[in-house]
Amino acid sequence: MGFYEYMEPYRNFDFQGFVGHVTDGDVLRALSKESLSPLDFLTLLSPRAAGHLEAMAVRAREITIRQFGRVIFMFAPLYLANYCVNRCAYCGFNAGNSIQRNALSLGQVEEEARAIAKTGMRDILFLTGESRKESSPDYMRDCVGVLKKYFANIALEVYPLETEEYKMLAGAGVDGFTMFQECYDEKRYAEVHLGGPKRNYRYRLDAPERACRAGMRCVNLGALLGLYEFTSEAFFTGLHVFYLQHRYDACDFAVSLPRLCPHIGSFEPYRAVTDREIVRNILALRLFLPRAGITVSTREKPAFRDHLIGLGVTKMSAGSSTEVGGYANHTTDDQFDVSDKRSVPEVLAAIRRKGWLPVFKDWQTLEKDAVV
Amino acid sequence: MAGILFSFRKGRMSDMTDDVFMLGGKSLTSRIFVGTGKYPDNKLIPAVVKAAGAQVATVALRRVNWDSDEGNLTKFVPDGCTLLPNTSGARTAEEAVRIARLARAAGCGNWIKIEVIADQKYLMPDNDETLKATGILVRQGFVVFPYICPEVMCAKRLQEAGAAAVMPLGAPIGSNLGLRTRELLKILIDEIDVPVIVDAGIGAPSHAAEAMELGAAAVLLNTGISSARDPVGMAKAFGLAVRAGRLAYLSGLGPVSHAANASSPLTGFLDE
Repeated sequence: MGFYEYMEPYRNFDFQGFVGHVTDGDVLRALSKESLSPLDFLTLLSPRAAGHLEAMAVRAREITIRQFGRVIFMFAPLYLANYCVNRCAYCGFNAGNSIQRNALSLGQVEEEARAIAKTGMRDILFLTGESRKESSPDYMRDCVGVLKKYFANIALEVYPLETEEYKMLAGAGVDGFTMFQECYDEKRYAEVHLGGPKRNYRYRLDAPERACRAGMRCVNLGALLGLYEFTSEAFFTGLHVFYLQHRYDACDFAVSLPRLCPHIGSFEPYRAVTDREIVRNILALRLFLPRAGITVSTREKPAFRDHLIGLGVTKMSAGSSTEVGGYANHTTDDQFDVSDKRSVPEVLAAIRRKGWLPVFKDWQTLEKDAVV
Repeated sequence: MAGILFSFRKGRMSDMTDDVFMLGGKSLTSRIFVGTGKYPDNKLIPAVVKAAGAQVATVALRRVNWDSDEGNLTKFVPDGCTLLPNTSGARTAEEAVRIARLARAAGCGNWIKIEVIADQKYLMPDNDETLKATGILVRQGFVVFPYICPEVMCAKRLQEAGAAAVMPLGAPIGSNLGLRTRELLKILIDEIDVPVIVDAGIGAPSHAAEAMELGAAAVLLNTGISSARDPVGMAKAFGLAVRAGRLAYLSGLGPVSHAANASSPLTGFLDE
């Protein structure tokens, strides 16, 4: 059974009806449990839980400090290429947008890596648009060969690949996988993915499971919040991790909460997700999945990001560029606007001011050594 | 077992200077081991070690950023405190062995704590893979400290394989729940000859004292200190608790009764 089948009981679930009937008693009961069920998670995502945010935050903070410590893992994103054959209504790389397209040469990858590593970063997330021609798995593998020289942790956020391709990349040194389903509601998914292989909802939905089977150490999921109804999308994201965590216990899981924000093309969100909803999402996730990481990127504003430290966030990017390259060479437009434009030292200082420690390294590739 | 010999000695044990703990070829006088993870500032590490009076500190190799002084956790463990690198992050025996060799090659000494955890949800150790890694690393000259779920057959095999101690968990890592595995720990303490060092789950000084009262050779904890509001103060409290528990054990705890006892025995009249 895949996640698609696992979702079946919830496919025609009346989310609005359920959250509309949640009482204060239901929220308090969920809050007092040590181990939450999916419906407890949904209870904490409901608008009724908004009245209990402080109590949720106290508990979430306590769990985070015990499980992770007062630490924030740092990473930087690097766009290797923005060629893309998909027509996603909300994305700056949409095949229909006339933007500068580029794929970094290995020499350019090295320049970018050097520039990023100079800021102290040791954890890199590389991204590409969907193009098997311009950013093939072999191209990715060659880029990893360069990135390994500068970074201890390498993760990818690319188009869905086959299990064997994930295995190949894991063997080459990739230890993390990120993929946003964008939208868990099948009908809405079809509405916003207008052309290209990304229209295949199930292939994308099953990609995280393929990555787990291929032996990726860390798997990071998310929905693009604002594409559809907040409550159900936040719920399915958590449920997806819950499902995978049970079947692939050797994987570390994390959730990101990317929120739709402006870009070239002006896509209007289904309904804008509020700051309070993002906070509620983070707190509910922390209580439902005590061992899952929570990542917040530079899509969010500086002050807001800083407030989230201590509420359950465990990983943050800094000094990010969302154009191809962008650290050493400026060649293209951004995929989306970065709201937190602070430099790496500024973000690190902000984390330290909160009494938290930025951590740059969490693993490294273990080479087979010759001495037995 | 060594503790029982001490309790039959003449003289008072109140300063415990005779209570030397031989471990991996070293002679220790402190039975509290501390971790170095989860701190908001690595400068807390030497302060915690000092406050607890610890002579052994564990370091997760996965977190050591060799490129940076600030990120190199090994630099924060004070001189005089033995470094015990751990293989946290390893999901198989093979990964644990590679990390151990990396640690030795990096100058961390030949002590190694094996943590093989394939379960990222509860962080339960994989006893089978731990046993495998122990055998390999003992043969390669390491002093091996395996972290396990308290299971006596596994502990016996680890002992046979040459482990310097066994480190059974009290409760899941980071849980601060105390000795949830108390009955299983008692079995290990009774049946295993190498030191039994209770590791993980110790959240309060009373838990540490309890482990020592049961007869554990030592305790290892990280989260119980790092998650406290005042980690240095808490480290001191844990140090005192370990000493109290050990002294209680050596002094012979009185029997536990579930009913009120008169101070004169019931059959004392026969001797009058």
